Amino acid sequence: MFKNRGIAFKLIFFFCVSNALIFLLILSYNYRFSKKMIEKNVENSSKNLAHSTVNRIEIVLQSVQKIPENLAYFLERGSYTKKELLELLRTLVERNPEIYGAAISFEPYAYEKNSRYFAPYFYKDGGKVKFSYLGNESYRYFYLDWYQIPKELGRPGWTEPYFDKGGGNILMATYSVPFYANIDGKRRFMGIVTADISLEWMRNMVSSIKILKTGYASLLSKNGTFITHPSKKLIMNESIFSIAEERGDSGMRETGKKMIRGETGFFPYKNIYGQECWVYYAPVQSSGWSLSVLFPMDELMEDIVSLNRTVLFGGIAGILLLSLAVVFIAHSITKPLRAFSKAAGEIGSGNLDVELPSVRTGDEVGRLANAFQHMKVSLKDYIAKLTDTTAAKERIESELKIAHDIQMSILPKIFPPFPDKPDTFDLYAVIKPAKEVGGDFYDFFYIDDSHFCFVIGDVSGKGVPASLFMAVTKTLIKGNATGIADPGRILAKVNNDLSDGNDACMFVTIFLGILNTKTGEILYANGGHNPPMIINGGGAAEFLNVPKDIVVGAVAGYAYKTDSATLKQGDSIFTYTDGVTEAMNGKEELFSEKRLHEKLSSTQGKTARDVISYVMEETALFTGDAPQSDDITMMMLQYKGGK
Amino acid sequence: MRNNYTYIFFVCVILTLFLLTPSDAIVEKSLKKASFIPQWSPQAQFAGYYVALEKGIYKKYGIDLTIISGGPDRHPTDFLKNKKADFATFWLSTAIQRSSGGIKIINIGQIIQKSALMLVAKKASGIKTYTDINNKKVSIWEGDFAIQPHAFFKKYNLNVKIIPQSYSVNLFLRGGVDAVSAMLYNEYHTIINSGLDPDELTTFFYYDYGLNFPEDGIYTLEDTFQKDPEVSCAFVKASIEGWLYAFSHPQEATDIVLKSMTQAKIPANRMHQKWMLEKMKELILPENSQGNIGVLKQSDYELVAQELKKVGLIKAIPLFKDFHRKCNSHVQK
Repeated sequence: MFKNRGIAFKLIFFFCVSNALIFLLILSYNYRFSKKMIEKNVENSSKNLAHSTVNRIEIVLQSVQKIPENLAYFLERGSYTKKELLELLRTLVERNPEIYGAAISFEPYAYEKNSRYFAPYFYKDGGKVKFSYLGNESYRYFYLDWYQIPKELGRPGWTEPYFDKGGGNILMATYSVPFYANIDGKRRFMGIVTADISLEWMRNMVSSIKILKTGYASLLSKNGTFITHPSKKLIMNESIFSIAEERGDSGMRETGKKMIRGETGFFPYKNIYGQECWVYYAPVQSSGWSLSVLFPMDELMEDIVSLNRTVLFGGIAGILLLSLAVVFIAHSITKPLRAFSKAAGEIGSGNLDVELPSVRTGDEVGRLANAFQHMKVSLKDYIAKLTDTTAAKERIESELKIAHDIQMSILPKIFPPFPDKPDTFDLYAVIKPAKEVGGDFYDFFYIDDSHFCFVIGDVSGKGVPASLFMAVTKTLIKGNATGIADPGRILAKVNNDLSDGNDACMFVTIFLGILNTKTGEILYANGGHNPPMIINGGGAAEFLNVPKDIVVGAVAGYAYKTDSATLKQGDSIFTYTDGVTEAMNGKEELFSEKRLHEKLSSTQGKTARDVISYVMEETALFTGDAPQSDDITMMMLQYKGGK
Repeated sequence: MRNNYTYIFFVCVILTLFLLTPSDAIVEKSLKKASFIPQWSPQAQFAGYYVALEKGIYKKYGIDLTIISGGPDRHPTDFLKNKKADFATFWLSTAIQRSSGGIKIINIGQIIQKSALMLVAKKASGIKTYTDINNKKVSIWEGDFAIQPHAFFKKYNLNVKIIPQSYSVNLFLRGGVDAVSAMLYNEYHTIINSGLDPDELTTFFYYDYGLNFPEDGIYTLEDTFQKDPEVSCAFVKASIEGWLYAFSHPQEATDIVLKSMTQAKIPANRMHQKWMLEKMKELILPENSQGNIGVLKQSDYELVAQELKKVGLIKAIPLFKDFHRKCNSHVQK
């Protein structure tokens, strides 16, 4: 993905990604840490808020509880008339603002023998204290919670909150205290003293608790029913258990059970408006209710969220700025690089005069620019020199060509060479130089009418010096051979001439033979040259025994021996240079004298030209594609008999 | 020009007349007016009737029905007797007593097949089986609600301290009594939604103890039925269709019930009504009902009547055929 992208892209990408990662890590750590701190704080403050609210409720409830408790005590101990009783009850309702109403409800026929119901009730209505007797066939108070529960349990207690249908639909709760009488030594239940409180003030108080913007407090009854809640339709209609049922939330039901058992707790909760909240709940001990305060999480986190948002925007802006900086830097690096790459392309295509981008900085790019400039100048120099060298080389090559032509021209190349002489032998020779100018040579001439001199040689080294040495040698041989039919003496003389002033220490191997055309006798001398091959008329070939004399031109004054052999009619002498036997193939194997011997043994009946062509072909076949390493020269003389 | 205006004027008059004669009015002329009172204020116990009304099922059966809200101070038998309502629901035990007492009412459809009346006790108070109720305090409702408990206690020789029970179950929740009377579809759910889990409770259904008193049935006066048996039967059929619709569309049925409750200014708790509707289905279409709905079984009738006679609430058992009219109410589920 990145392989073919530019440096600027890579820089921006890696810088931004790594920066963003670091930044997000720090941000999330910061968020988590501050969230933890806030949670710790909210637990404390919700605890304080819940407990202080519970205390305010408790104070009121407990002060209300005292009234029916004292009244019950009075009813059990004192004696009273009906008028006194009603007066006492009225005074209590009048003087205690917390109390909405109070009643003394007797068991059937317990107050008066003939009256099933006796329950005087004073209550407040529109600021006035009103009076009524409770109890009739459709209001049998004995069966109501506020009467039955303390009666059956034998202890005072608060009822579940309820809407009083008669009294202007206010939400109220009743504190009921059972009272007893001693009749015939038995403690007998006589009735219930009650004090009602309006829960409106409590609802107002709890509703007035505003936590942050949308947090609130809520009160649950002993049955888990909502007594107060910002949502009116929940009040006295839904319980925490019905909400849990609706949500299918068994955890919430468990919490509800803890709440109505009078426990305290702190837990995260999603309220009916779908807000995530922290909730702390604490019991109102005397009534068994449970107060909970809800802190909306998002508001608690609001400051942090807004801080984080600022930091986030700052971070993003920072990363953008950084990106811009990276773009700028990358551009300053890549602009000359791109220019260099373009210039290098031009230089590559041969334009060395291209203008290089100017970089004045001393950084890596600046150094690259200097190196580039230096390279350009060096290249230019080098190419100029190369051009000169090439021109020189071309000149030499053309001179060598001329040298080659001259060299070839001094070798006799017309066969048969002596058409006007008696047809006593067949001669053929060929030279194939390895380089343009070689050191091999051959020559032949008549010394007199019946003595024919033939010579083959190989100058040490190659090229122009060898060819010059060869030309000298050839001239010397021809010059020295005049009137002397002794090959050993000729070689000795040539040796002396060549050795004299041979500063280059060059030498030449020579085989020189003189054929008596009448007798077929050959006198010959050999200066370190390969021994020739004698092929008789029957096709059998064998090496000629030659004297083991040294190369010519090396040691002045050396005496070369002359040997002789006689060719019968049809016999041939085959001379060659080491270019033939040392021809090398790709496997670095030599053509070898053995192989030459084999080849020549199968040339019966062939002319000299055919034999030489054949050997040439065979060496070419043998060497294959391997380059020719040395000059190849062959000369063959076939004796036809004296005439 | 004048002709054109006249033409437009006539077209307008005709169109207006046409629009003022709604097609509904033509249909409603053939609807028969009838009124119905259930034995309690609107709740899912009567979902079938409210749903049938709301969904136009009564209209479909040719009835223009008015539902009168029931309530604690409204006795449906009085409404029938005084001809303030044509149809009413009440318990079979109530109906047999009234019938035996001389009011000519007849059962034209037995909606609830299985008694929902039950006793609920806390396991924590040591009540695991019915024998554990012996010597315990049990609160029971008065009147017809007391017949099954009394028969139950007598049947199993249980010596029980009976505490009169009012509307709430708070006495039980606070531990004032060991067992409380409850309707499966109502108080039992209230107890659960006051923080007591079903596995913390022991329940006794009178149904399981040979005391199945089928509850809500549809009643009318005999002469109302005689006058127009078709309307009576149409009412029963439409009501049953309403119930079946409610069972297959519980969400919609609950919404309809909640709407009726809000109209009657009664606090409405969705989950409670949902529960009630679910339980009504179990009571109206019990597992052994085999698709029979709304049929009063003679065996059930005899059982209830015998018990009533045994405890002296009636002197003679009215004949089943006089008490009951069978509309063609066999409806496949």
